[in-house]
Amino acid sequence: MNNVIVYCELDEGKIADVSFELLTKGRSLATELNCKLEALLFGHNLKGFEKEIFPYGVDVLYLADDQRLSPYSTLPHTSVMVNLFKEEKPQIALMGATTIGRDLGPRVSSALKSGLTADCTELEIGEHEDKKINKVYKSLLYQIRPAFGGNIIATIINPDCRPQMATVREGVMKKAIFDAGHKGKIVNLDVNKYVDETAFVVKVIERHIEKSKVDIKNSPVIVSGGFGVGSAENFKLLFNLASMLGGEVGASRAAIDAGYVEHARQIGQTGVTVRPKLYIACGISGQIQHLAGMQESSIIISINNDPNAPINKIANYVIIGKVETVLPKMIRYYKENTK
Amino acid sequence: MKEFQIVVLAKQVPDTRNVGKDAMKADGTVNRSVLPAIFNPEDLHALEQALRIKDKFPDSVITLLTMGPVRASEILREGFYRGADDGILLTDRAFAGSDTLATSYALSCAIRKIKNFDIIVCGRQAIDGDTAQVGPQVAEKLGIPQITYAEEIVSLTKDKIQVKRRLERGIEIVESSLPILITVNNSAPHCRPRNAKRLMKYKHASTLSKRQESEEDYLSTGANSHLTIKEWGVADIECDLKQLGIGGSPTKVKKVDNIVFQSKESRRLEDFDEDIQILMKELITSHIIG
Repeated sequence: MNNVIVYCELDEGKIADVSFELLTKGRSLATELNCKLEALLFGHNLKGFEKEIFPYGVDVLYLADDQRLSPYSTLPHTSVMVNLFKEEKPQIALMGATTIGRDLGPRVSSALKSGLTADCTELEIGEHEDKKINKVYKSLLYQIRPAFGGNIIATIINPDCRPQMATVREGVMKKAIFDAGHKGKIVNLDVNKYVDETAFVVKVIERHIEKSKVDIKNSPVIVSGGFGVGSAENFKLLFNLASMLGGEVGASRAAIDAGYVEHARQIGQTGVTVRPKLYIACGISGQIQHLAGMQESSIIISINNDPNAPINKIANYVIIGKVETVLPKMIRYYKENTK
Repeated sequence: MKEFQIVVLAKQVPDTRNVGKDAMKADGTVNRSVLPAIFNPEDLHALEQALRIKDKFPDSVITLLTMGPVRASEILREGFYRGADDGILLTDRAFAGSDTLATSYALSCAIRKIKNFDIIVCGRQAIDGDTAQVGPQVAEKLGIPQITYAEEIVSLTKDKIQVKRRLERGIEIVESSLPILITVNNSAPHCRPRNAKRLMKYKHASTLSKRQESEEDYLSTGANSHLTIKEWGVADIECDLKQLGIGGSPTKVKKVDNIVFQSKESRRLEDFDEDIQILMKELITSHIIG
């Protein structure tokens, strides 16, 4: 009762990275709150996954193992989660801000009438005083996220409703093993007790999932473009430089929305969070939402013809100029100096 | 031939691409009056999906439902120009300060009043919050299944629908019975443009309260019922007042910060050859690249 619960997501038979990242954050929250960390895993053939999950400091792992729970479908997963939460009354529930987490989370929050905050970039424990009713709430979850087009950072709380629910994007939290020898307890749920037959009304007819081609999260060098790059054609320059430096190409939301490159390359609050050795920002002005996804890069170079672009403030090098002019020169002088 | 009752949920949103300093009130809520307001882009994608159903099943009825201040009726008119049959503005002081849960509760009460709906479509998310929560929360409140991240309605018969979904790295085709709620992804087709005839017909459509503000307009259009946008308040829908507005919202904004990123000591370079050559040499010698 009153523990921290993390929904672990299966991505083509493997536990998603974001779930390990949330377990890591969940462990530190549970320690601070002096409660247990619990994990949920719903799917089919789940034997063996506990070996991956317990080292993150998980005390209890709930398994719902049933052929009908794989692949993910909204209503059955909602049903198991809602009914389990009614019994266990967790104080905090976390899940990835993935296509699954963003489909499941709101459904569960609506059923339990509890608050959910999407795409948090930080989670902390803190207190809150409501002066109107003269009440102090201890140990609330501060759900912190950029809001309103990235123009502000808001701290959201759920004073009265439980669980306090939040989703977090992949890569935002760090993943770290708590104790390789940590052992928890497994609880096998009787799926028929938690899910009604009527929940299987939506059927998956076809599924085509590709292996991820783009791996910007683990790339040591990222050449990233914004709306200022101007066209998909100009993005070729970024691809040239990136491939030469052994890196990947990223993009801001504005560049994605303009259709310059595919969505998988989006960096920022609603995309991927990255921490490369070198981040080259081309024609990116630097909205908070974008900065939130790359500010921990070791070295940042900003190429922009606007000397006052916000991103220049956090850049180690600022090159004032056009992307089309600067990139060919970078390519040339890289070649000349590495021969 | 089957006709479908389709409800499109739409939101008028501040254009977050043009936000000034006065956009936030002291209490952390948004001061919408100072911002340009637009039809949420993905809700327009949703309207297009509804219109495509109507193309195939012309007797279908599309009702556009929005919740917001009186000004939000602008997007209903925009919907009429593109082919919506009916528009309802859900507006009441009691809705003020709603979070996603309270919003979905109010919308679900209004949808129940529309009755016999087969398909509810809405955008995946709104650009002012990016939460993608209201669609699934409405579906749960109505006790119907949902299909999120929809890109295309593959097939539709009187009691079954197949929808193509866009996932992170692929697609999925799912089948469901009706009624259903569908949230439409930004990769779905854009909405068709305004129709000139419909524009002429509906350009004076407005809510009664808007017309009462200017008496002349009120008298000149009062006789044309198609020009009246329905306006529903708390009294028009069956609902539990405790679940509405700020009081019905479990999430509260504790505080709002303007984030100031720690400025680094940055070196300024020009796009001259010498500058770029020095930079590349430095990066190579310090083993950052190469």
